[in-house]
Amino acid sequence: MAIGGVRAVAAQAPASIRARLSVLLDRDRVLGPLFVSPALFLLLLLVAYPFCMAMYFSVSNAFIGRPSHLVGFVNFINLWKSDAFRQTFQNAFVFTGAAVACKIVLGLSLALLLNEQLWWKRAIRGAVLLPWVIPTALSTLGWWWMFNSLYSVVNWTGIAMGLMDPPGPNWLGQKYYAMTAVVLVNIWRGLPFFAITILAGLVAIPKELYEAAHADGAGTVARFWYVTLPLLKPVLAIVVLFSTIFTFSEFNIVFVLTHGGPVNSTHLFATLARQIGLESGRIGEGAAISLYLFPVLALVVYAQLRFVRKEVY
Amino acid sequence: MATVGARRLGRRIVIHLLLVPFLIFALFPFYHMALTSLKQDKELYDRQAVPLLIRQGATLEHYAKLLWETEFLTWTKNSLLVTVLATTVSLVIGTAAAYALARLKFFGVGGIGTGIFVTYLVPTSLLFLPLAQVVNWLGLGDSKWALVVTYPTFLVPFCTWLLIGYFRTVPKEIEECAMVDGATRIQALWRIILPIAVPGLVCAALFAFTLSWNEFIYALTFTSSSEEITASVGITSELIRGDIYFWGSLMAGAVLGSVPIVVLYVFFLDYYVSGLTAGAVK
Repeated sequence: MAIGGVRAVAAQAPASIRARLSVLLDRDRVLGPLFVSPALFLLLLLVAYPFCMAMYFSVSNAFIGRPSHLVGFVNFINLWKSDAFRQTFQNAFVFTGAAVACKIVLGLSLALLLNEQLWWKRAIRGAVLLPWVIPTALSTLGWWWMFNSLYSVVNWTGIAMGLMDPPGPNWLGQKYYAMTAVVLVNIWRGLPFFAITILAGLVAIPKELYEAAHADGAGTVARFWYVTLPLLKPVLAIVVLFSTIFTFSEFNIVFVLTHGGPVNSTHLFATLARQIGLESGRIGEGAAISLYLFPVLALVVYAQLRFVRKEVY
Repeated sequence: MATVGARRLGRRIVIHLLLVPFLIFALFPFYHMALTSLKQDKELYDRQAVPLLIRQGATLEHYAKLLWETEFLTWTKNSLLVTVLATTVSLVIGTAAAYALARLKFFGVGGIGTGIFVTYLVPTSLLFLPLAQVVNWLGLGDSKWALVVTYPTFLVPFCTWLLIGYFRTVPKEIEECAMVDGATRIQALWRIILPIAVPGLVCAALFAFTLSWNEFIYALTFTSSSEEITASVGITSELIRGDIYFWGSLMAGAVLGSVPIVVLYVFFLDYYVSGLTAGAVK
């Protein structure tokens, strides 16, 4: 089609090359693919191709610096035999479930507060959003120091307020406390996204609906339950879907805070994949672990395309 | 009337009080970080001292140590180079793709749009292992150029996605008028659409800058030598060497490594707020 178009134009317009080119570029059929091709090339080469490689690696015995062979599902079977992987699998769901649940509740509360008349609106919004814009690896270093076994400011405050017995928990050295710490930092970093996005949803709800509900005798709770929540549902769905995929694939916080320890109790797929695939060099197994992120990704993509975005793409 | 006013005021005060725990939660880590970076070692490691304040005098020795005794300046330079280049490249590629997807009709436009949206959701932690191999094949192993090449994989989908939304808000008629008057499509895009879409472009550029400045897993995986790593990687890996007295410099690094983003953030707060919601909700 495109070649036929070129000839037709060339025959009609025996003007300069420049003029011919500009006529050609006015055609959607020509300009469209031309404009999209750099993005497409990049994403095919550096996203689609590596993704296929990941699939190949996961069924091969790839090892750093060695030729690889297909070995079938050996990597997946070996993974299920290893305690570290089974622990990671469980961690991923505990971590994501706990963090996303807390972020919804806290994010919604914070958004409702931010939607009120405030004195320092801009400053407050700016402060609330700050954890989300600062490099996570660096802010997590701050949390690492706050959870330090000897000088933890969290424990100092807890003890000073009489909430903890001295010396307080060794946050990053004990199994459940370490998971709590990792979840807490994830909530801290992800809360702004929830709050600000939900706030945008709240602002979009027409005031008249509240006035009508008020006139019909609905109290604050009823108005929240029957007006706010139903109208907020699409925004909540999007926020939860986005957050699920990014929480499930979390890397930075765990890597900086605990390195997956103590005894794998905070490993997530991404951190275990790095440890096995790069630090131990077993790329095949590492790739297999990474691919466990894929079903969740696929589910989120499907839900986004199917239910959330009416106008697809 | 006075009672209504008083009740409103009371409600407002309660709302602000309820916000206080959220604000403390959000800001305390930064306060503590900055505080630690300014404390003298003897107070920092005094377990009897109150950790919430500086009582024995502030010092800049940790900053001095960071700047003159480590490669921090090199790492920051690398971060800036990678971020500026990756942002520029992604913005150009993303603008072209977004315009085509928002305005032009051609074969496969719907499929390509969906494809770009899907790659926008792919987390970096899914692909870093095979991408490391690709980077080696390209001859970019342990080089900051590997980051310039790979960062657009998540920046381009983001920019494209954000800009499609902006381009759609520009009425088609404006462009059509220009074309009726004899402008070509590219002239119309360059002279009319892009100037109107400047807020969108600024927003995309800010987010691309922030995302690549904050990127960690690719930088950690694709670069390792001290001359090539970025600020985040340098601070988290090179400053931790089993030395007991590193907390001050570590926190100084975390503070300084965040400065470029904080500066942008202070000036462009509203763009951040609108971009954050646009990225998810549009």
